Amino acid sequence: MTTTTESSGRPPSPPPDSQPVLSLHGVSKSFGAVSALTDIDLEVFPREVVALVGDNGAGKSTLVKVLAGVHLPDSGEIRFEGRPVHVTDPSTALGLGIATVFQDLALCENLDVVANLFLGQELSPLRLDEVHMETRSWELLHELSARIPSLRTPVASLSGGQRQTVAIARSLLLDPKVIILDEPTAALGVAQTAEVLDLIERVRERGLGVIMVSHNMEDVRAVADRIVVLRLGRNNGVFEATASNEELVSAITGASDNSVSRRTARRTQAAADATDPASTPTPTEADS
Amino acid sequence: MSGTERTRTEPRRIDRLDDRLAADEGVAGAARAFGRRVRAGDLGALPVVVGLIIIWTVFQTLNPVFLSSNNLVNLLFDCCSVGVISLGIVCVLMLGEIDLSVGSVSGMSSAILGVLWVNHGWPVLAAAVAAVLAGAVVGLVYAQLFNRFGMPSFVVTLAGLLAFLGLQLLLLGQEGSINLPFGSTMVNFGQLVFMPPVVAYIIAVLAAAGSFATSAVIAASRERAGLTAKSMTFLALRSGVVLVLLLVVVWYLNRDRGVPWMFGVFAGLVLVMNYAFTRTRWGRSMHAVGGNREAARRAGIKVKSIYVSAFVLCSSFAALGGIFGAARLASSSQQAGTGDVNLNAIAAAVIGGTSLFGGRGNAFSALLGIIVIQSISNGLTLLNLSSSLRFMITGAVLAVAVMVDSLARKSRAAHGAA
Repeated sequence: MTTTTESSGRPPSPPPDSQPVLSLHGVSKSFGAVSALTDIDLEVFPREVVALVGDNGAGKSTLVKVLAGVHLPDSGEIRFEGRPVHVTDPSTALGLGIATVFQDLALCENLDVVANLFLGQELSPLRLDEVHMETRSWELLHELSARIPSLRTPVASLSGGQRQTVAIARSLLLDPKVIILDEPTAALGVAQTAEVLDLIERVRERGLGVIMVSHNMEDVRAVADRIVVLRLGRNNGVFEATASNEELVSAITGASDNSVSRRTARRTQAAADATDPASTPTPTEADS
Repeated sequence: MSGTERTRTEPRRIDRLDDRLAADEGVAGAARAFGRRVRAGDLGALPVVVGLIIIWTVFQTLNPVFLSSNNLVNLLFDCCSVGVISLGIVCVLMLGEIDLSVGSVSGMSSAILGVLWVNHGWPVLAAAVAAVLAGAVVGLVYAQLFNRFGMPSFVVTLAGLLAFLGLQLLLLGQEGSINLPFGSTMVNFGQLVFMPPVVAYIIAVLAAAGSFATSAVIAASRERAGLTAKSMTFLALRSGVVLVLLLVVVWYLNRDRGVPWMFGVFAGLVLVMNYAFTRTRWGRSMHAVGGNREAARRAGIKVKSIYVSAFVLCSSFAALGGIFGAARLASSSQQAGTGDVNLNAIAAAVIGGTSLFGGRGNAFSALLGIIVIQSISNGLTLLNLSSSLRFMITGAVLAVAVMVDSLARKSRAAHGAA
């Protein structure tokens, strides 16, 4: 494996099963004078969750769009199941078996869950087979242990987590090999986040490779098998899920002395001061 | 989880495993579900039916002729032209777009019919087909301007309103009107052809039986698949009510001249469009594009073709409505399609329950809406009120309808159902 671990990254252990389902080698993409991605290497094995983390502008979204077929890479090689492929447009990506769930989910709120799941691929176009579509929807959602009370209510009435579930379930309908989730837990509550993380694990159990883009280190460590860090459009280390927060943060920001570590240090210092009863009055007394 | 354990011990519907769902079984359950939907702002046809009852009661008390068989037959005749135009409006409103030129296009179509048929001696059917095709071309032009140049439909069709009114005047030339020959099939169709009583009764029975059969087949296949199905008692009851209503209407109209064939054709078109909207991939795509265009695009729907289909259908229906109007008046004139035709067609669709905001609508809204509009117009004419008052009252009714639409939309949002 070609890992460019600079400082504290431990050598990652690839999963035991054979070959990666999706691998990128030396992928670059620039917009005008700005190189958004430079020499990116990435491998995703079946039955594996790879988290893609990085600061704003690290190139996560560009990489997702390259994989989804929205952007064409300028150079580099993308291999799918060992074969080199050209992902020229979104439908090619879908045809290969790369499904992407974008952050805005793209659901039609006025349609019910079944209609959304089968949107654009309804069974028997001239006489919609609602019964078959509904039973298949239930099967799929039960396999995912998704908890959506009724499939015949408009998506508008679902919670954020349930909508995420519908969006992920929809991408599974085409039987993809790899599923890319862009910020699946952003804007979700605690319980809903847990639901979505459970769902991601079940998707992995189905044998899919999962690429998950996230800002949330806690969520990343909760489900990811490997954590790939991008920084300024380059690979900046591959970590195991057990990596510490400091390790990840320093890889993301590019230095062990960064704003996050300074802030943490300040807070631990302040906490230490606050717990020292001799020097400061307890907050409750001060408030009352 | 308790839900899954229970499936092992006793069979449960696969769509009723969640304990949070209200169980609505049988006839009483259907009634409860209906009540819940209405409270949540999913009003369906309810406001129209209530409005229609109020309107009819008021006019009947003011003038006892209003609900006579004779007057109702006239009312049905008058519904057809604008009703067909309104059916096209439902298509564009479903996408959240608008067509302001349907009046002009219908006038242009009636002019084409008159010129080709009467002045150039074409066979009447060929002339009518040419007129509808001209409408389709207009829709195609709108769609191209909309898709390629991103022009708002409001502006495109406003330009069309003026342009095709000009074309209509140009075609009709100096005289300004062409009389269609009395006694011809076309004019008879618009004024004199009625279903024989027996045929009307048979159609009523077939319609009710058909509605029962289709819903029963769906219920049975849902039952087989282990999904909840509407109970047969409920379906039979519903179809029974439909049957009785249709039979009463047919009986009442048969006391006078009977059911106009033109209205029969209009109702048939409504049924066809209803099927297309609810049971085909095209209809599903229409709803999807109207609800979230970007989501529809990403789901692989050819959004541009959907817009083309909607604009072409709308203008074609407008042209067909123009032909119906010409047949009704036995003339192609400069006045055809002008005045309140545009607004009545749009108002009918909205009053019937098609949302101006896109993503919600059904074919029956054209039928129900135009009956409301035409009842008001007819009732006010019977009261000998001037057209100034008629315009004001119709305008007020349209405002109320849009208000109900907006309020229902808010309520749906509050109850979590877009």
